[in-house]
Amino acid sequence: MDLGPHAGFIIAAYIIATAVVAALVGWVTADHTAQKRALAELERRGITRRSAESRPMQIKEPA
Amino acid sequence: MALIDLANPTRFVALVERVLPWLVAATLIAFAFGLWGAYLAPDDYQQGATVKIMFIHVPNAWLSMFVWATMSAAALGTLVWRHPLADVAAKCAAPIGAAFTFLALATGSLWGRPMWGTYWVWDARLTSELVLFIMYLALIALWRTVDDPSRAGRAAAVLTLVGAINLPIIKFSVDWWNTLHQPASVFRVGGPAIDWSMLMPLLVMAIAFTLLFVTLHLAAMRNEIMRRRVRTLMLIQAERAA
Repeated sequence: MDLGPHAGFIIAAYIIATAVVAALVGWVTADHTAQKRALAELERRGITRRSAESRPMQIKEPA
Repeated sequence: MALIDLANPTRFVALVERVLPWLVAATLIAFAFGLWGAYLAPDDYQQGATVKIMFIHVPNAWLSMFVWATMSAAALGTLVWRHPLADVAAKCAAPIGAAFTFLALATGSLWGRPMWGTYWVWDARLTSELVLFIMYLALIALWRTVDDPSRAGRAAAVLTLVGAINLPIIKFSVDWWNTLHQPASVFRVGGPAIDWSMLMPLLVMAIAFTLLFVTLHLAAMRNEIMRRRVRTLMLIQAERAA
């Protein structure tokens, strides 16, 4: 395919677009992995919202 | 499923997990057709093969404004209807919109150098698009500055709605001022001024980039919901340790 005398500009545009799209996909994927890992670690340590609710209420005696 | 049903983050994440593989497939297919159409598209009688840059530049320029419009709708959801996921939607759209705006500016510069003889001019269209890019960066910085997500969401919503005034300025800049940037070629009175052999790949690439935005946006919203869950659980952990 002959891209003419300005082929460099055309190729550069497609390379930059590919790089930016790849960076966006990489960011979303890496973030998902990090959040999954953090949630799994918290669950392993027994930190869940249900466990917080299951703590017995402490009733303070009036002074 | 009504919009209010999606207010439940757990239900929303479950829906995203079901829909995401289909969106990824649709995006890849759209890009395959769009890039094939761009490859086959004939040279323009004035631009030559440089017209192929337009198949990236124009969709990203459209989306840079579409994403800010989406964020504006989400901002109304935060401030007016207090939809629980509205600020999540707004926060996650900003980096994607900034990337599209950067691509519009960068590919526009690469087209401008051979066509206009310059990478940049301070005409109304280019300048207002650059302002949009700076506003995206400011919004991302604001989200990072305020720790509490709901306080950050309200401040960001106000900034987003104020910034929305730039959208009609960008759109009509080529009509209101003397600009080097050409007037509208697709969405204009009298119909598109582009031959179908170039219009078709342009529209397919626009659909592909739109599907890319929807896919990335939903995935990023899922990640943000998970991040807020982590934050809540870490606060609970800190309370128990205290």
